[in-house]
Amino acid sequence: MLATNFRGPYRIRVSQKPDPVIEHPGDAIVRVIRACICGSDLHLYHGLVPDLRVGHTFGHEFIGIVEEVGSAVETLKPGDRVLVPFNIFCGSCFFCQRELYGNCHNTNPEATAVGGFYGYSHTTGGYDGGQAEFVRVPMADVGPYKVPDDIVDDDAVLLTDALPTGYQASEMADIHEGDTVVVFGAGPVGIFAARSSWLFGAGRVIVVDHIDYRLDFVRRYAPAEVVNFREVSDVALHIKKMTDWLGADACIDAVGCEASGSLTQTLTGRWTMLQAGAATALFWAINSVRKAGNISIVGVYGPTFNAVPIGNALNKGLTMRMNQASVKRHVPHLIEHIRQGHLNPKEIITHRVPLEEASDAYHIFSSKYDNCIKTVLIPPRAGSARALARSVIH
Amino acid sequence: MDTELARRDLAEQRRNPQHHGHVDYERQLDHDLNRHSPPREQLQRIPGWGSDLDHKNRPAIPMERMPPRFIHVPQGQPVQQAQTVEVFCSPERPGITPIFGTAQPPKWVSGAIRRLAYKLPENDVRHWLMLIAADRVNVVEGIVDDLRHGHVPNVLGEMGIRSELRHNPAGLVRKALVTAVVVGGVVALLKRRDRY
Repeated sequence: MLATNFRGPYRIRVSQKPDPVIEHPGDAIVRVIRACICGSDLHLYHGLVPDLRVGHTFGHEFIGIVEEVGSAVETLKPGDRVLVPFNIFCGSCFFCQRELYGNCHNTNPEATAVGGFYGYSHTTGGYDGGQAEFVRVPMADVGPYKVPDDIVDDDAVLLTDALPTGYQASEMADIHEGDTVVVFGAGPVGIFAARSSWLFGAGRVIVVDHIDYRLDFVRRYAPAEVVNFREVSDVALHIKKMTDWLGADACIDAVGCEASGSLTQTLTGRWTMLQAGAATALFWAINSVRKAGNISIVGVYGPTFNAVPIGNALNKGLTMRMNQASVKRHVPHLIEHIRQGHLNPKEIITHRVPLEEASDAYHIFSSKYDNCIKTVLIPPRAGSARALARSVIH
Repeated sequence: MDTELARRDLAEQRRNPQHHGHVDYERQLDHDLNRHSPPREQLQRIPGWGSDLDHKNRPAIPMERMPPRFIHVPQGQPVQQAQTVEVFCSPERPGITPIFGTAQPPKWVSGAIRRLAYKLPENDVRHWLMLIAADRVNVVEGIVDDLRHGHVPNVLGEMGIRSELRHNPAGLVRKALVTAVVVGGVVALLKRRDRY
């Protein structure tokens, strides 16, 4: 089968690999029809995630058609159209019993600090991902969700990670009516967090980034007030001025370890890797939120340590909530929002690219070329969907 | 002197009321109000505004919720997956998980470094530093493996040079020039050293 194949930082090859096989009676093999490139895939692409092995296939946001099921699978059959949450979870461990599907304890032998994910290094379990023609889907009775007929593929694929993560970010911010919410990062997750904040009754939504075309998009799409941090002298000071000098009620970090905006953080977090990524957004979030406010973190950081003003968080009495999204907990609710017209996730897709051009799709997404916000890869065997793919190099 | 300082401070505050912790009493009195939030009627024009305002409508409230919803809950622990390749296990676990990935089993020097790394708990920073070191070694191994199989890796293609050419040709030329200057400089320096 054709699949993405990591060769080193900034190097993705698309090549033939052996088809995946059933390795456990609870497995299914899914033929991929859409696979997104996630902002967090860029952390892999840039070589920042530990135990990322050459030959790895990325991709944790994908939907497809069930091709084959293991002997113990009861709820899926070949031909079912499924969206596959990025979490690989068992449904029965201590954490799954508590609906913390993003923290499953039974699917990742390599680390206890994180659950099992598709295509996200051996630190998250060593599973190949969905930027391929086929993918092995463990615990097929538990993870995948049969897509209702009225939900189109482009919406379904965004329900595997980006939209639930953005929504959960807003939910963890514990927004009350009239609250001012600041979202750091205008990538897909930040855009969805801004959009979702209104559902929770926010009074103001402010998005901070430095990429103008993304700020223009989120200004219309969310809708939101926007701040280009390159145009203000100090972000926290600017947010204080915008909020009567108190600070925002809630701040959401939808950036994670590759933030721009602070030379010190960039130098120590991204260039020399002395800390687990540049924690600029989290630094700003802690200093921009009001006393007794809420911080919600969905931006991805590495497993070692980061320089953040935790003393300020203590002295301000902040509540900090963070997690990988428990995708399946949100999917039924978000489908209802889509049906009612409250959310229109597919509008953020800017590029539909043949899988064969994944090297260039990654480069465009990473370099923010061509007003790229969200890229969907479409494999050759995606059926009729393949006709939607447009080359990014011709 | 103190009076003079106070007079100057007051004058400065009048000129630039946003400076130096000047307190705008009118705005401070407004702190317990809605801080510029538009009225509800206006907010309700945003599709879906407030539909999840009631905490009962929020899927994750409370964070830990039992029993689990929206999934087919299996009976008991999952059946143990058969181990066909070497899979590392965190020392912070009692043993391997029932389900695991089998992609890219460890091999060669990078595999040996990873094997050592997994002897240390996740709580030990050396565990992660060794894994990152192994990743860098693995990149070199990948090139060696390609050459061993008679495949010369198209490194520029893998880095997306075609899209760079299409979307940022000027940048590509600039990068090529900078690379040429740096490489040329290094070569010149080495040749100069050879002469002595």
